[in-house]
Amino acid sequence: MRMLIAGLCAAALAGPLAGPGRAADDAACYVAGSLVHADFPLPRVAAAIDRKHVTVVVVGSASSTLPGADGAAKAYPARLQESLTRRLGDATVKVVTRTKARDTASEMVKTLRQVLSEDKPDLVIWQTGTVDAMLGVDPDEFQTALGAGLDLLRAGNADAVFVNMQYSPRTDSMISLGAYIDAIRFVALQREIPLFDRLAVMKDWNEMGVFDLSTATKKIDVAEKVHDCIGRMLGRLVVDGAMLAKTNVTGSGNADVTTNKDNH
Amino acid sequence: MTDFPLPQNAIVVRLDTRIMSPTDVDRNQSPMPPAVPAGRDLRLDLFRGLALWLIYLDHIPSNMVSWVTIRNYGFSDATEIFVFISGYTAAYVYGREMNNRGVVVASARILKRAWQVYVAHIFLFVIYMAEIAYVAASFENPLYSEEMGILNFLKQPDVTIIEAMLLKFKPANMDVLPLYIILLAGFPPMLWLLLRNATVALAASVALYAFTWRFELNFPAYPSGTWVFNPMAWQLLFVFGAWCALGGAERIGPLMRSRTAFWLAVVYLVCAFLITMTWYFPRLAIYVPKWFSEWMYPIDKTNLDVLRFAHFLALATLTLRYVPRDWSALTSPVMRPAILCGQHSLEIFCSGVFLSFIGHFAMVEISDGLAMQVVISVLGIVAMVATAALISWYKNVEGRKAPRQATPNADLAGGEA
Repeated sequence: MRMLIAGLCAAALAGPLAGPGRAADDAACYVAGSLVHADFPLPRVAAAIDRKHVTVVVVGSASSTLPGADGAAKAYPARLQESLTRRLGDATVKVVTRTKARDTASEMVKTLRQVLSEDKPDLVIWQTGTVDAMLGVDPDEFQTALGAGLDLLRAGNADAVFVNMQYSPRTDSMISLGAYIDAIRFVALQREIPLFDRLAVMKDWNEMGVFDLSTATKKIDVAEKVHDCIGRMLGRLVVDGAMLAKTNVTGSGNADVTTNKDNH
Repeated sequence: MTDFPLPQNAIVVRLDTRIMSPTDVDRNQSPMPPAVPAGRDLRLDLFRGLALWLIYLDHIPSNMVSWVTIRNYGFSDATEIFVFISGYTAAYVYGREMNNRGVVVASARILKRAWQVYVAHIFLFVIYMAEIAYVAASFENPLYSEEMGILNFLKQPDVTIIEAMLLKFKPANMDVLPLYIILLAGFPPMLWLLLRNATVALAASVALYAFTWRFELNFPAYPSGTWVFNPMAWQLLFVFGAWCALGGAERIGPLMRSRTAFWLAVVYLVCAFLITMTWYFPRLAIYVPKWFSEWMYPIDKTNLDVLRFAHFLALATLTLRYVPRDWSALTSPVMRPAILCGQHSLEIFCSGVFLSFIGHFAMVEISDGLAMQVVISVLGIVAMVATAALISWYKNVEGRKAPRQATPNADLAGGEA
């Protein structure tokens, strides 16, 4: 209810305030912070942090990228690298991006195979769902593909984090996401994989007036801020997941470990 | 032609009486089963009207008001209610027709109805195309290049439009009418069988359902995948509705009204509610045993999961208990808006889909705050009621101009099933 009321006020203010002047500072990102938590541990990331060398691969479709010459540096994978580097201090962090514009989950499974042999990742951030929903791929098939991908990753000794769809108010009524959202959530719970609920986070930003996501624009500033926030919050989720793995080893399985030291 | 002659006054029960009073004029006069019960059961109109409202609310994306709809509190949703009641009314209307005027005429009328639904579906598709073409031309945002891919089909309208006409390409939220078209198109032989031997017909329906599950049959969709509502599975609910209309309701009535059924239904609904809560509060999911989740999930909407069907039955059991057929409130003005909507279901369903487009459009263009969501939800339902009232008024005027002719049930049969 609190969020509803705040959203209502924010929506009323959104018009005049949501200009380029509103910096996407931490506070803005973390308006939606309560929606992001590492529900499950990331033991391989924890081990990699101990070795002071972490390799992360982002596998996804077009919504993991931004257009333009600056796109790669401003998109969330690059922001994730910066966030992790900052949080992990002396460890070397490498984030590799392996995105293909119109790949469905089952096509990404092929990419995963390649990624495992070529990049040897400790963690794969797997962004998927939108393309499958647009093509109307059978949700069962989608779910099977997710499971197959996770099998590969487990065999290849890599942790996984799911990233689901973007919230896109304009196309909300044109793409039926429901079955695919459920499939990702279900597989994440069943296989104990942390899920970065990008859809809920972006929806919250839009409701709270942090970012206005329904404006038609050619400018890239809002898109860059959105990706920056996603990168930071993903960074926090990954580090929390690793911490959770460590606390689990020492015997106290506390699911609410948060390390909010992103003082940037 | 007439295989099961009804008393002559059966025909009198039509038009105006069905709206205002729960007339059971000749319920006890039918000489032999399986007679079609006379008098319109207003509960059907009421619940179909409510289902149409819920479908409208559910079709507006990101609408907080849709938290009131039943899909959030159990397995089944308004679609089950709509399909069941559609089956019930189809059998009620065309069953009488088949008895009175023969198989050929009744079949022709059913197919004509399927054609009307098809035309309505294509009309909605055109509106959808207009909306999407507008968005394609006017909306640009570097964040959403991926989502805009949904508009790519505008680049090959030849394929898209043909696939839409073949009912293979179905935009989001436009899956119910194609299901209804197939159910109606396949209904004549099923109705014939239902009138001959209702038990065999129901068994055939169950067999088709089981066969569909066993061999994973479904119709293909475009650009990939299969139908969102598999007609070969959902026919079970439609035929079950028809079976109830043709005497089945009396047969299972005592069972449905028994204490055992009542408590079973209550327990089932409570369990379903608790399970549903774990979807919204994932941390509760740890209380669901793993073996149980593995047995239960996925709860398949496409193929009308048995759990969904059971949930609908449980709801129906409680409804039968608390909402009797002669419930006085059914004729009160409070219930009238929903009943009116339920009586013109095709038109109101289409209005609902159209209004949900408009509503979402207004939310994106003006504001998507909670107040706006409430306003749009309420205005939409008011518009649906106004449309239904207008249609009723028009049909009344038409009916008065050309009083009873040789085809007395034309209005009832053509407009309401």
